[in-house]
Amino acid sequence: MHPYTDKGFEAWSTAISRYSTDQLLGMFYSMLRIRRVEEAIESRYFEDEMKTPIHLVIGQEATSVGVCSVLRKSDLLYSGHRTHGAYLAKGGDLNAMLSEFYCRANGCVGSKGGSMHLMDKSVGMAGSSAIVAGSIPIAAGAALTAKIRNEDWVSCCFLGDAATEEGVVWESLNFAALKQLPVIYVCENNYFSVCTPIEKRQPAEIEIYKKAESFGVESHVVDGTNVLAVNQAMAHAVERARNKQGPTFIESRAYRWRGHGGAGDDSTSGYRDPEEVAYWQQYCPIETYANFLIENALLDDAEKSVMEARIAQEIGIAFEHAINSANPVEADLYMHVYSD
Amino acid sequence: MPWAEALITSKTKSQKEHTSSQAGARELGYTEALNEALTLALELDPNVFVLGQGVDDPAAMFGVTKGLDQRFGNQRVFDTPLSEEGLTGICTGAAMTGLRPVYMHNRPDFLLLAFNQIVNHASKIHYLDNGQTCVPLVIWSAIGRGWGSGSQHSQAIQGLLMTVPGLKILMPSTPYDAKGLMLAAIADNNPVLIFEHRWLMKQKGPVPEGLYKVPIGKGIYRQRGDDLSIIGSSHTLQLATQALASLQSDVGDGISADVIDLRSIKPLDKEIILESVRKTGRALIVDTGWAMGGVCAEVAAIIAENCPGVLKFPVRRIGLPDLPTPAGFTLEQFYYPSAEKIATVIKQMLVEEC
Repeated sequence: MHPYTDKGFEAWSTAISRYSTDQLLGMFYSMLRIRRVEEAIESRYFEDEMKTPIHLVIGQEATSVGVCSVLRKSDLLYSGHRTHGAYLAKGGDLNAMLSEFYCRANGCVGSKGGSMHLMDKSVGMAGSSAIVAGSIPIAAGAALTAKIRNEDWVSCCFLGDAATEEGVVWESLNFAALKQLPVIYVCENNYFSVCTPIEKRQPAEIEIYKKAESFGVESHVVDGTNVLAVNQAMAHAVERARNKQGPTFIESRAYRWRGHGGAGDDSTSGYRDPEEVAYWQQYCPIETYANFLIENALLDDAEKSVMEARIAQEIGIAFEHAINSANPVEADLYMHVYSD
Repeated sequence: MPWAEALITSKTKSQKEHTSSQAGARELGYTEALNEALTLALELDPNVFVLGQGVDDPAAMFGVTKGLDQRFGNQRVFDTPLSEEGLTGICTGAAMTGLRPVYMHNRPDFLLLAFNQIVNHASKIHYLDNGQTCVPLVIWSAIGRGWGSGSQHSQAIQGLLMTVPGLKILMPSTPYDAKGLMLAAIADNNPVLIFEHRWLMKQKGPVPEGLYKVPIGKGIYRQRGDDLSIIGSSHTLQLATQALASLQSDVGDGISADVIDLRSIKPLDKEIILESVRKTGRALIVDTGWAMGGVCAEVAAIIAENCPGVLKFPVRRIGLPDLPTPAGFTLEQFYYPSAEKIATVIKQMLVEEC
């Protein structure tokens, strides 16, 4: 269970010329922001005021940001239950996200969905499902719309490694390949389904992206702790989709630092070795990338502190906003069962 | 959205709600009526598309989709892989982004493979995202009966689905309704399930040309009378109507009943049910599905909750017994409701004192 390093962060230096400084720093800021938001949520979760089942993306931020840094606002993004990183990286409103966690009326989905159903249509965060693999065919359906109407937007869907154990993934890939749909599947292989490691669920010798490839879908594997590697794979996939060259599958490997749900590291509970967590923390997507930027004189400690301060302020305001927002009223319960 | 304008201002409003054959009206076969509905929808709105296993094969979904692929092309009318859950999710995603899929199945039994997408997703997305998206999706299937269809090719699963918030469920019983409910379903911005019955498809009946909608959520009186309310839909309501006719020929003018065709199982038209039962004091509920926990049970509960002191005879349900459907001919005769069995129950309800 090691990070995928074939095109790992050794190769970062060769990738750098593809990007402007703003792009490189933008990806850093976006990852750092997601990490700090997650930590802030985690630190207050025990208060039991955010009555929603959270699934933290800590350790996997490079995948959220690497993918979304390629997508346009008009591109549609779907996600599974681990929504926070996708929502924020796609441009979802932080205030509305925290309001949703605090079950407020002005939550991004009006307190109807909670943490597992973050959605913000205005930025193309198009939907998420708490049923593993549930949004996978839906993303293909959106791509069918794009194809039929000859739209220039593409559809993208995050899924976990365990989602590939559901049959509907293969039904969807088959159809996407058959119809050459402009859809990109990004499998965030974090090596766990709740407490069950991947080696207990899938034969070790058959890699996930190879299975996808066998369905006629162009497939790649990347180091999911390396934001530039994810970005490059995604840029290639999106270009294919926009050029009507069909679907792409990306397996992005990054270990889940926290428990499946809730706050904190649960590795002392016995299902995994705390040393394994510590091993992977050496490959922190944010720290390794910060070091790389510093080595290349693109970032210094002062700039980093400015970013930290800006993020801390934004988070503080967002929590205040959420906590001080109004609860829904009973009439809200009956809204939106049916569309007019 | 062309639907709101075109359909609402169409003939619908100027046409009186039909109850029986109108003199001189055009007659059409049941499947022809459905074919016409799909043709009109495909003509009207480029966002409508029709898919399903075999929609472009020689059988063409009992003839319902005949010729549509040639007329509208295989981007809008196409066969699918056998992936019911996947394709239901794909239709949901397409509907969420502005298309209007009509996903067709030979049998409702196959929808059981797609429950995750129907129940967990399509029905809930509008509510879950607080109204940001809607899912204008039609799922059509035809209930089977007889000729060995058995336990996995003749299930009527409307009762399983009517408890799911966010769905609409329609059960047409005439060519007029088949067309008008299909057009209403396609025009609706919610997931709508249409359960046809295979045994209705040989019927002919008056079907107006052009666009019209049968309103969703409203039942209709097929007959008016005072002694009994017969409430149901689809093929079983036709059996009940035959049963009533046989009794009338047996005993002359002595028996008259309200016959209510629910048309929509969800939303259910409580008003028409209660209006009738408050008048007659007797309710017989018939359904193509199981009597327990389904349409029969729900209608019975509505009557029980809302009609205290009204009933002259206990509510009776005629649906399927709590058994899987047998395949063989003889066992089927014991299993299914027939006009004769229904007539016996009606007689009992009218003759016996409570």
